[in-house]
Amino acid sequence: MENSQKTRRINGVISVILALICVAYVYPIVLILLNSLKTERAITTTRIFELPTAETFTGLANYIYGITSMNFLESFWYSLFISVSSVLLILLCCSMCAWYITRVHGKLSSGMYYLCVFSMVVPFQMVMFTLAKTADTLKLNNPYNICIIYLGFGAGLAVFMFTGFMKSMPVEIEEAAMIDGCNPLQIFFRVVCPILKPTMISTAILETMWVWNDYLLPTLVLDIKKYRTIPMAIQYFRGSYGKVEMGPMMACIMLTVLPVVILYLVCQRYIIEGVVAGAVKG
Amino acid sequence: MEKAIKKYWPVFVLPTLLAFIIGFIWPFIWGIGLSFCQFTTVKNVTFVGIQNYIKIWADDTFIHAFWFSTAFTIVATVLINVLGFLLALLLTRHVRGTNIFRTVYFMPNLIGGVVLGYIWNTLLNGLLTLLEKPLLQLNATYGFWGLVILMCWQQIGYMMIIYIAGLQNVPPDLIEAARIDGATARQVLLRVKIPMVMPSITICTFLTLTNSFKLFDQNLSLTGGEPAKLTQGLAYNIYDTFYARSGAQWKGIGQAKAVVFFLAVVVIALVQLRLTRSKEVQQ
Repeated sequence: MENSQKTRRINGVISVILALICVAYVYPIVLILLNSLKTERAITTTRIFELPTAETFTGLANYIYGITSMNFLESFWYSLFISVSSVLLILLCCSMCAWYITRVHGKLSSGMYYLCVFSMVVPFQMVMFTLAKTADTLKLNNPYNICIIYLGFGAGLAVFMFTGFMKSMPVEIEEAAMIDGCNPLQIFFRVVCPILKPTMISTAILETMWVWNDYLLPTLVLDIKKYRTIPMAIQYFRGSYGKVEMGPMMACIMLTVLPVVILYLVCQRYIIEGVVAGAVKG
Repeated sequence: MEKAIKKYWPVFVLPTLLAFIIGFIWPFIWGIGLSFCQFTTVKNVTFVGIQNYIKIWADDTFIHAFWFSTAFTIVATVLINVLGFLLALLLTRHVRGTNIFRTVYFMPNLIGGVVLGYIWNTLLNGLLTLLEKPLLQLNATYGFWGLVILMCWQQIGYMMIIYIAGLQNVPPDLIEAARIDGATARQVLLRVKIPMVMPSITICTFLTLTNSFKLFDQNLSLTGGEPAKLTQGLAYNIYDTFYARSGAQWKGIGQAKAVVFFLAVVVIALVQLRLTRSKEVQQ
């Protein structure tokens, strides 16, 4: 009995410590939130920790200015479009490719598989210059075609995850479908896809986290004067003016962070499961 | 069935293969080729042999970046994994609020590197001013530790999730059996739990090693390489060589640096996998 009381006390202490760490985790974001509501003069490095007062509180002025001056909505749209189109394309093409790799044994399959593993190790700096030039030549340098480049670069992880799962899928179901007269395409879409759904979600989450936050690839591939994704816009916003306007900058950071955090809170179970699945396969 | 699927290869494999060639294989091969050339655009390329590779070693910023990245990778990998594992241990004890804690600790992962860099730049510079110390951009030591803190804040949650999954997969009867045999809590941890989560440790060290070594976004936005390129990691140094320096030779040198960087990443990945895989136990 004494033992369990002791454990309970230790657990209580641990709870408190973990809660304190929690506060430390949330604090940077809260700090930005508070500062995004202050006037420009009150956001210097010396006054950054001051809470907004009646005098320095500006309401949503920074948000309105930030949205209009940096074309935030346009950037948001580009980011959203690029993420959705790339991830959908990656899911479709890579699951098909992975199925071929697991079911057909030959040079093409093993070649593709090793290429995928290899591509996951190669740092982006290795190909950044030549990739940007290739994209220019092939007219893939706009938000509507860039998904093809993302397919090429994100294929490694996706194929790897799908094959990891498919290896444990019983081939008998597919054979039964074949005997019933399905062709491979029908088998894939009617039989394999439904079984693949959990892995699809995991892969989609991992790839979205990557594409949505990616900075360097779109910067080098897209024309920065015409198209800016959110990370590009934030970087551009800071670099382009002589003096950085801190208030609108903070507001834009909040606008970038908030949708992601909300989305995370809504579907955190899938996200955490996705990460675990990715790690086990990876 | 294999034969039937094989006939459909243009449908199943070709789209991915084509994108792969455009987005990866061709730029990769071309990149290796260009590392032996001097060029400013893709049109005026002259072959210079291994000159670029020799010039790299005369560039002090690259050597410095190499050591900077190495030191950063070691510190960050150790810290992130130790702290992540500790958190995972605490969160598998069924304490109150476990779910909330897990949710909060993981959150920074979803925020992109560039944005994170600015958030921490604001916070750390405010703190440093408060303590009357030089700003991040003016002192390389603070810049280095600033990056370490930022990286820990972002990555610990991710690794923690993987460690939690690993710890939950340790069969409870194994721990029970060890306890009955008279093992202390510390012995259970060192002799049962850690050997059983070795696969998770392999993955996590692999991820943290490569992530820290390839660090770019955070580097760019937290310190921008300041002061005087002293806080540039390798990836940022390569970017800087390509796009921020004027002079005909720099692009070729940048590409050669990238090849060296790539080889370093491959070596690190292979060595690490071999080392930790050998310690894994069969279940």
